[in-house]
Amino acid sequence: MGFFVAQLLTGLANAAALFLVASGLSLIFGVTRIVNFAHGSLYMLGAYFGITLMNILPGAFGFWGSIVLSGLIVGLIGVIIEMFVLRPVYRAPELFQLVATFGVILVIQDLALLIWGAEDQLGPRAPGLKSVVRILGEPVPQYDLALIAITPFILLGLWWLIAKTRIGILVRAATQDREMVGALGVNQSWLFTGVFFLGSALAGLGGAIQLPKGGADLLMDLNIISAVFVVVVIGGMGSIPGAFVASVLISVLNVFGVSYIPQSTLVLMYVVMAVVLLIRPYGLFGREEKAGEHGQVGEPDRPIRPAGLVGRSFVAVLLIGLAAVPFLFSNFSQVLITDIIIACLFAASLQFILSTGGLVSFGHAAYFGGGAYAAALLVSYTETPMELAFLFAPLAAGLLAIVFGWFCIRLSGVYFAMLTLAFSQLIWSLVFQWYDLTGGDDGLVNIWPSEWLSGTTTYYYFTLIVGVGGIILLRHLNHAPLGYTLRATRDSARQAEATGINVNVVQWTAFAVAGALAGLAGGLFVFSKGSIFPNELEIGKSFDALIVVFLGGVKTLSGGVVGAAFMETIKDWLTRLEYWRLILGLVIIGVVIIAPDGIVGSLRKVSEKIGLRRTEEFMK
Amino acid sequence: MLEISGLNSFYGKAHILSDLEFSIDRGEVVALLGRNGAGKTTTMKSIMQIVRPRTGSITFEGTQIAGLPSHKVAQKGIGYVPEERRIFSDLTILENLEVGRQAPRNDTPTWTTDALFEIFPNLYERRHNRGKAMSGGEQQMLTIARTLMGNPKLLLLDEPSEGIAPVIVEQMAKTILRLKREGLTVIISEQNLHFAGIVADRAVIIESGEKKFDGSFGELEKHPEIRDAYLSV
Repeated sequence: MGFFVAQLLTGLANAAALFLVASGLSLIFGVTRIVNFAHGSLYMLGAYFGITLMNILPGAFGFWGSIVLSGLIVGLIGVIIEMFVLRPVYRAPELFQLVATFGVILVIQDLALLIWGAEDQLGPRAPGLKSVVRILGEPVPQYDLALIAITPFILLGLWWLIAKTRIGILVRAATQDREMVGALGVNQSWLFTGVFFLGSALAGLGGAIQLPKGGADLLMDLNIISAVFVVVVIGGMGSIPGAFVASVLISVLNVFGVSYIPQSTLVLMYVVMAVVLLIRPYGLFGREEKAGEHGQVGEPDRPIRPAGLVGRSFVAVLLIGLAAVPFLFSNFSQVLITDIIIACLFAASLQFILSTGGLVSFGHAAYFGGGAYAAALLVSYTETPMELAFLFAPLAAGLLAIVFGWFCIRLSGVYFAMLTLAFSQLIWSLVFQWYDLTGGDDGLVNIWPSEWLSGTTTYYYFTLIVGVGGIILLRHLNHAPLGYTLRATRDSARQAEATGINVNVVQWTAFAVAGALAGLAGGLFVFSKGSIFPNELEIGKSFDALIVVFLGGVKTLSGGVVGAAFMETIKDWLTRLEYWRLILGLVIIGVVIIAPDGIVGSLRKVSEKIGLRRTEEFMK
Repeated sequence: MLEISGLNSFYGKAHILSDLEFSIDRGEVVALLGRNGAGKTTTMKSIMQIVRPRTGSITFEGTQIAGLPSHKVAQKGIGYVPEERRIFSDLTILENLEVGRQAPRNDTPTWTTDALFEIFPNLYERRHNRGKAMSGGEQQMLTIARTLMGNPKLLLLDEPSEGIAPVIVEQMAKTILRLKREGLTVIISEQNLHFAGIVADRAVIIESGEKKFDGSFGELEKHPEIRDAYLSV
């Protein structure tokens, strides 16, 4: 009994920081409709500022003052982000805003490294609350009890602000119809900035307030963000009470999970999320999201057409060039180009559902890594011949996409993105924690191709044929009925439905196809490296793919391939720089704001301008 | 009070208003008439800068408002009542009114919730109810009341008689006449010629975004061919 109560109290105390961060994210989303991926970074900054300030300011007053000050500082940083990064892209499609906040994550990571160094920092303990209290014989830290006491007041304060004040009324009105609020004389930009300040300050407070229980390190941004997303999605995007209930639920679940089923703590959270979304697709306290109700209209997509003679000739020359590589260059270049082709295929598969289907998947790594692991497991445990195991990679990934897709395609927009993320995290945590089967962090090794394929040059040609084949297949699908109907569902699901298109089936099929081809890329990957590790399933891998498609050009057919080729080529060189994340982050933010068409789109515009390429018919 | 000249507005590539030109004096009620799709709503949205006119000038009390953000236009004293009403359905009636509230202005009546509840007693009864539980007529009254909370000098009413019961239409006409007596300047877009004739002093007819007629209702009556060409269905 005593143990049970102590566990419960620990869970409740852990909920404090989670709730602060999640309520901030939820608040920002509710008004601005922006899913701020950099919210975890603000939490991390809160922790670092907290430590720095606590070291300067003495005593209990200094301790609590530091927490409040950290919140305010982080709030101001949020304002800077809002004004300089997000304001220019409010009218852009959702994806652009998401990518911009990815950029912010990278920038903040390197800035934190620059300022505070790479060492983990231990949080100071709260003056006057350093010991434990015995409750039913079990020791419970005093600070935990303090957190449990404080959290309801923060919830109450937020509730009062939202429900009772003029600002709260305006915030709620803006959540529903920004334009109308503006037409009634309210300056929305300041409302947005204010909400961003508050939401960011809450994240900063969360980071500082957890210091006595944890500390500050450079991984805490991405570590908390997936938990925060889970909380916000379970509670309902935009709902503060929802964030509270879900924080408590997840934190308590985690504590008990650690004690009773330690192997599945990570999985548990995502299982709960998936179950909640199945029963209540918009979370416990959320409202249904209507697509397009927030006036986020971009330029209409151009009509697509098969490549012309020039394009085809260019591709033919490129392919001949690639085929000639082994005769001209070293083994190293062949390995590099193998990596590039695999990355291109992976990006192309994401682009198919992302650009053609308008389905923004945040968890595409699940199918890449899923395919790779499926093949690797077969080789490791059943000594399946490589050829068969390789074929199994796209098959398994496709199956996985069919199962997950069935759940995901029933949601749209942000909820779709979150659910795909949750499923990919589910797979990642399974692989990561099921040590006996997958080797966990140690990965699976000795997954080599068969004798006849094992030479670098042979495998290079194998990758070239399979990879390019996959890319061409995807491109072809765009001009096939599946591609046409998929675009129809993207542009107007309702009209597509009325035309007789079964929207769900079309999207589901596309999701499965994209998953299978990501799995094919995973299969190529695992046999080229001879090993596979859980990091191929991480959020970061999915984000990389999104960024690559974005850099290449979302509203193009070849953006993913071009973006991936570009990124893979410069990655090797870029990552050798000390602060490459900072540079990449700034480049990403710059592209979002200045050249949202990406590499391919921008080249197309330039060539149209100087008359190399005919302007599209409808542009006149 | 408001002068529009050379106004051109687009939706994407569609040219909606072309060289539109008209003006309204203080205290006047002008009816903007025309068929569906003639450009009445776009005219109102262009005044509010919700639709950004590509070229042209809109001056309000002598200052240029084309190019200002919407909230600045509203703060100058132009109140907009959209056709779709756009009630904040998650907010109570009182909260809806609060969103519209602006500071009092010198040369125009100042509205309080109490004064508005006197004109719209139905709203008072339901003041703590959420917007989503209201009938079309009640919603229409709430939108007008919400806009009046901003103490406008010029009121833009987009099809106020659309989709509401005849008895409410009558009440609406009385309300508009009362606002006129209070000294408000009103532009009202209408398809209901009869309703417009009761409340308005002057008619401006537009068709395909161009002005086709500008004059009193008496004049309009003398030219049935104009009515037939631009108003009858």
